[in-house]
Amino acid sequence: MKYQDEFRDRDIVQGLASRIRELVAGRREPMTFMEVCGTHTMSIYQYGLRTLLPPQVRLISGPGCPVCVTPNEYLDRAVALCRVPEVIVATFGDMVRVPGSTSSLLEERAKGADIRIVYSPLDAVALAAANPGKRVVFLGVGFETTAPAIGGSILAAKKQSLGNYFVLAAHKTMPQPMRVLSADPELKIDGYICPAHVSAITGPDAYRFLAEEFRIPCVITGFEPVDLMQGVEMLARQVVAGESRVETQYSRVVRPEGNRKAQAVIREVFTPCDAPWRGIGVIPGSGLRIVDAYAAFDAGKIIPVEVEETKEHAGCLCGEILKGKAAPADCPLFAGACTPESPVGACMVSSEGTCAAAYKYGQ
Amino acid sequence: MNRDLILLGHGSGGKLSHQLLDDLIIPTLSGIALAGQNDAAVLEHGGRRLAFTTDSYVVDPIFFPGGNIGCLAVNGTVNDLAMMGARPLFMSTGLIIEEGFSRTELAEILASMRSAADAAGISIVTGDTKVVPRGKADRIFINTSGIGAVEHDLAISGANARPGDAVIINGTIGDHGIAVMAKREGLDLQADILSDCAPLNGLVAGIIAAGGEAVHVLRDPTRGGVATTLKEIALQSDKTITLHEAALPLNGAVRGVCSILGLDPLYVANEGKLLAVVAPEAAEGVLARMKDHPLGRDAAIIGHVTEGGGRVQMETAVGGMRAVEMLAGEQLPRIC
Repeated sequence: MKYQDEFRDRDIVQGLASRIRELVAGRREPMTFMEVCGTHTMSIYQYGLRTLLPPQVRLISGPGCPVCVTPNEYLDRAVALCRVPEVIVATFGDMVRVPGSTSSLLEERAKGADIRIVYSPLDAVALAAANPGKRVVFLGVGFETTAPAIGGSILAAKKQSLGNYFVLAAHKTMPQPMRVLSADPELKIDGYICPAHVSAITGPDAYRFLAEEFRIPCVITGFEPVDLMQGVEMLARQVVAGESRVETQYSRVVRPEGNRKAQAVIREVFTPCDAPWRGIGVIPGSGLRIVDAYAAFDAGKIIPVEVEETKEHAGCLCGEILKGKAAPADCPLFAGACTPESPVGACMVSSEGTCAAAYKYGQ
Repeated sequence: MNRDLILLGHGSGGKLSHQLLDDLIIPTLSGIALAGQNDAAVLEHGGRRLAFTTDSYVVDPIFFPGGNIGCLAVNGTVNDLAMMGARPLFMSTGLIIEEGFSRTELAEILASMRSAADAAGISIVTGDTKVVPRGKADRIFINTSGIGAVEHDLAISGANARPGDAVIINGTIGDHGIAVMAKREGLDLQADILSDCAPLNGLVAGIIAAGGEAVHVLRDPTRGGVATTLKEIALQSDKTITLHEAALPLNGAVRGVCSILGLDPLYVANEGKLLAVVAPEAAEGVLARMKDHPLGRDAAIIGHVTEGGGRVQMETAVGGMRAVEMLAGEQLPRIC
């Protein structure tokens, strides 16, 4: 398949692996690169890329899975909303299995709640148009990647004068948690594999502060194995040369200015806010809330619900794993009390979660 | 997590399904000759060996590119018999129809059942029809049971994989699951993806003729896909199976859809595929025989069996290694 086969070529990947080995040969100190995109995490596991890298290069996973970083309070609110008669909760598939404090959307669906898995927020708008007697609440979770589409769904609902389409917004933006992780004295990150889709929206400048303030090399990398291995090589090259720049490996998609149209939709519908991240806490300015002009579409404002008291799952290391401070196998619950079919923590639930990847594909 | 609730994942054919079987269904119904971990039970009576199987079909949508629930229900049971190396003889059908269902669509489904049965050489000899009030079923559910004659004394079983064996598949993976999902979700695909729904008994007869005692395991990777089926075989046989990703036959359009939706084709359902685990000396002969059959043109050796307990691993297309586990819960599209 064009644009795919070239990036899954065994010889090219093996060639990159030997170049990386040559670059780091003789180094005693390992270099640690963090990816902050769930799809990168899955690719790294799916293609077994760690097994191709020399011991001097460590890949760790950060807070890159939007489902994983969504705190229990949001899930509890979604559960409360789906229990409201006449409410249809529409969501991307990953969200339904995440356990909240005492229940999950999957459990609520088994008990009779009307929960629909959709592939696009516009499907949820169509659902609202087709069900005028119901209130459709779309779970607006994700990073800069999904925010434009969800913002667009609000604009579409407004254009259609739909009074029964709502978004429960919990969008997050990526650069801010990277600042928190970079400043954490317990973490030593030698380079970031920057997210691909997010960067296609924001453009590379979003990470400049990491290279300039924190002296950490950054490479925006695509999802295919050749992309990732080349991204790792570019990072290793910067580390060896003592440089720190933002480079774009994924230039076939990421433009210097990002996607201005998508940026405009985000600015029209959302405004930055402080946001809670699972395992990290509240990060100032890292969230997106719906602006007052579109408050009529804000499920959080329009559909009041009693939300149960938030409970955290005892013993779960999701927080440390999301910060890259622990590996899945470090968690006492991993693969025992916590498995994909009976997950305790969010990292095991989402198909892009670090623990789910480690469980499914092994180390 | 409320462990009392039956979830959709309990019917996915993956890990949750196995847990439900092992924890509740098999222990409670013990004494009844359950097929256990194989596709059909093999029963001995009056000096003859018979294979017996049952399955229910609740697919949504009921009409999909390449087939409908009717041919699916017949081929599914034919294939479960064929996977024991049995010659399909007779089958039953139970129809559960929702009030208000279209008579025209029912006629189309029945005609499709009839033609699938004729193609497989199996006779539909008994049946039952129930109509339930609107909303109590989703249009139509079909149960089929089948009996086949086991006319050889080969020990074909999921527990029979041996070190050195080759793992062969008869063609591209994931076509059925993606065809159904694309139709259900209204995905506007540039390329048509057709279900691979087909009777495999003819192909199996050829495999047995070519391989004889060298044929150790036959299994159709339906729900849960190739990954889950191979994991079952690895566990039943207490062996390790190593897959070679580059050798896996995959339709380009299926790969594209999987890539877009974040699905792994190894876990996507098939309805016209089989996995044959065959002794190494017979592998090439069996493969050649499969390639001569219309349902085996894209057949390929995709892996091999070694010592070591219950593991499936894959050498990825780029040369890395990773584990392959059973499907956990339902496979859901990713968020971004």
